[in-house]
This record gives sequence, structure tokens and C-alpha cells, in this order.
Amino acid sequence: MSRDLLRTPLYDLHLSLGARMVPFAGYDMPVQYKAGVMAEHLHTRTAAGLFDVSHMGQVTLRARSGRIADAALALERLVPADILALKPWRQRYALLTDAQGGILDDLMVSRLGDEALLLVVNAACKDADLAHLTAALDGDCVVEALPERALIALQGPLAGAALARLAPATAEMRFMDVAECDVAGVACVVSRSGYTGEDGFELGMASGAAVRVAEALLAQEGVAPVGLGARDSLRLEAGLCLYGSDIDRTTTPIEAGLDWSIQKSRRDGGARAGGFPGAESVLAQLRDGAPRRRVGIAVEGRAPVRGGAQLFADAQGAVPVGRVTSGAFGPTVGAPVAMGYVAAGYEATGTALFAELRGKFLPARVAALPFTAPGFRR
Amino acid sequence: MTVYYTKDHEWLRVEGDVAVVGITAHAAEELGELVFVEAKEDGTAVAQGDSVAVVESVKAASDIYAPVSGTVVGFNAALTDDPTLVNGAPEGEGWILKLRIADAGQLASLLDAAAYAALVG
Repeated sequence: MSRDLLRTPLYDLHLSLGARMVPFAGYDMPVQYKAGVMAEHLHTRTAAGLFDVSHMGQVTLRARSGRIADAALALERLVPADILALKPWRQRYALLTDAQGGILDDLMVSRLGDEALLLVVNAACKDADLAHLTAALDGDCVVEALPERALIALQGPLAGAALARLAPATAEMRFMDVAECDVAGVACVVSRSGYTGEDGFELGMASGAAVRVAEALLAQEGVAPVGLGARDSLRLEAGLCLYGSDIDRTTTPIEAGLDWSIQKSRRDGGARAGGFPGAESVLAQLRDGAPRRRVGIAVEGRAPVRGGAQLFADAQGAVPVGRVTSGAFGPTVGAPVAMGYVAAGYEATGTALFAELRGKFLPARVAALPFTAPGFRR
Repeated sequence: MTVYYTKDHEWLRVEGDVAVVGITAHAAEELGELVFVEAKEDGTAVAQGDSVAVVESVKAASDIYAPVSGTVVGFNAALTDDPTLVNGAPEGEGWILKLRIADAGQLASLLDAAAYAALVG
């Protein structure tokens, strides 16, 4: 089986660091290293974790006209975010929607000066995304996948100091800034962002140079390798959606509580209202409310409630009101953390719920997201 | 005192007609640090191979299967406050539950230490 799995440029480094490898989105990826999921999670919250996210897809859009605004307007045909207003060397979160308003993927969009838009998309979606982007935008844009690019995330309160020793200019970057800089002699595209709720960076570089960058970062004080196991518990504590678990084609941006990713210009009355797939239903939900909403869920006791668990309004399991989509033990919180969807009317923070676990109905309540305070450098 | 093992990485120690059951060091290592452990209530009758307890790591829940048929007669309450006892001493302080053995003949179906060691290599 393993010979069918793809490998990132850091595969051999993972093995040398003692990683336990698992199949993930078609890749053989490190789920944890020797320290283990709990320690790696806590290390990221208190120091700095290095993550290999090279399995994610990277795609550039360049307008055939040569004008960046034309690339931005073209992409706005597929996402509800305001891309035209994205300033040079800034990044923004966006969603690809389908004709029903379902979510095809979530992605980060960076504007590389006046040259191009750089998209980072989920590994499991990248082939479909590329086909979708090409089919819709080919007339206006050159859509180019970058399979020869690696991506490394450095996350945590010591990430800024660690990276600044190798690339002093990164110290000036604020949350969601993007820059081209030299890191350990390697040309990188660096964004001050990530998916753990911590201050940190994502660094894209040519695959052949990825080991050099990773080793230079790992040599810095406070930096340790972190696997996908801790990445999942970190993003869950941070209240961030995992595509395929918390969001997918059956969930809309409004149901998912991602209203904030639809800027004013794309909403009713905005300069470029609508114009993305499913706009009619998404904007109607934005106006009138969605039939269900994604919420945080805190469960009493220590037993983690996992994705798929049913949620009820009563202790007997008579009135189903929703379902957990992600759940784990939160190492920083020191208690189970979960998120999921509840019917409209049950979304207020503090609302009492019961989560079904192995035939029992555990008391729970709707919790504010995120579970942990974000560490972003605004 | 005899310790037996299962292919599913449980161990069982016979004390009279009672079996003390836990998970092996190999399983504890594979699962990583545990965050929650629970077993069926005392008095629950289980058949060999039935789920009799659940151990949870940060990421996942795993069933613990009854190595032999019997009745649950005790849970290691220390695990309620500190599930990581299992990681620290899986065959000692980190035992999980006690079963009153229904059919001692089933012990013959289990592995001995050497056979289990060979299994996990």
C-alpha cells in the first residue's frame, strides 16, 4: 500500500526524526514524532512547532491581461471573498462554493505584488480545485499548479524569534502579511499565518531546498517537529474548520459561521454583491439566518466526544438538534473540546445540550470559539 | 501468577478466579498519552472478544476487548484522575479492570509472553 502513497520532500527527514508515518490525503505523512501528540501540541502553544504541510496544493493565477485586478475579479467569480481589495503582499481566507452554496474547499489567497495570486488549497481537494479553477478562469487567467513547491509551517510564540534569526525582515511582518525573503539561503514566499491559532508563518519554497530550510529552522532554539495529530487538536482548540469534517459541500459558509470571510463588497448592497456560485442562497442565509450553525461544544467530564456523535436537547435522546463534526481532548484546555452543527435556536453560547457517547447522554453546552486565546501579531 | 496476552494487545493476569486486565506496553506506546479510560460497569457480563473498556488518546478512541468471558468486578479508579498511569506502567499501576473468569478453559486460547513478544517483534 505504502508504495502508492506520495511523499513530500521532507519524507526522509521525518523518518530520521523518528516520525510515525500514516496515510493522509494520498501522502505518507508524519502523525507524530517521538515526543507524542500531547507534548507536540503543548510545545506549539509554548514554544514553536515545525509542520510539513507540503501535501497541500499551491496554485498561481495570472491574468492574461497582465493586470492583477483582472485575476482578482476572475477569482471573485468562484469565491465570496473580496479579492479585488486584497492589497499587495497580503493574504486572505476564502471559500470555493458550488451552485447550491456548499463549500468545495477552503483556501488562503495571497497577492504576490502585482504579479499573481497564490492559492494554498487542501491536499484532498487540490486536483478537483485545479480542474474547477481552470474550467472557470482559463479565458482570463493562466492557472498553474506548483507541484514542485514545498510548504513548511512554523507556529507558536517562539516562531517569530526563531525565523527572525534566519530572516530578519520577517520580524516586521504582521498577521496575514506576505513577503518574499531569503531563509537560510533559500528564496521563500513567507506569510505570517497558519492554522493553529498561534502566531507563526508558512514558508513556500522549491522542493529541492525544503530540507535545508527545515533543518535551519529545527536548529533554532525552541523549534521542534510536530505531526498531523497535534495539528488537528491545535486547529480544533483554535476553532478552525477542517475541510471534510467541519465543512464540505453539504455546509454553506453561513451555516459554518464563516460569514466573516464574505466582505461587505460581496454582500447585498456591496459594490460587487454576489456573482459567486450559490450566491443567491448564501446571501439569503446571510440576510435571514441559516437553518443550523456551527458552534463550539464543551462536554462535561473527561471523555472526548468525537466527530459523528449526535447532539440532543434532552438527557433522554428524544429531541435531536445536531451533530459533532470534530472532537478531541484539548491538551491546552485540559478538557474535551468539540465543534459541530446545531439547529437554529440552539446556537447561543451556554445553551445546554446532551452528547451521545457509547449509549450515554453526556451533559454539554455550546461554547464560544476559539477554546484558546489566539496569539496572532496584529 | 500467570500473565497471558491477546493479539489485540491486552494482557490478563490470573489471581484466583479473577483476571486483572490491561493493555500492553506496546499498545500504550502506539496509542500515545491517554486522556480518558472507562470500563463497563461492575456486574456486566461479557463474552470473550466483547468490548469491555475504552481507552482514548488525544486523537482517537480504542476498544479494549475481554480476553476471556466473565463478569466485570472492578475498575481501576485511579485512572479516572490520571489516565496516563496506563502509559507509565501499563502492566502495573495502569491496569484497567478485573473480570471474574467464567471459563478458565479460554485461557488456553491466549498467547504467552514469548508468543506475544514474537507477534509485536
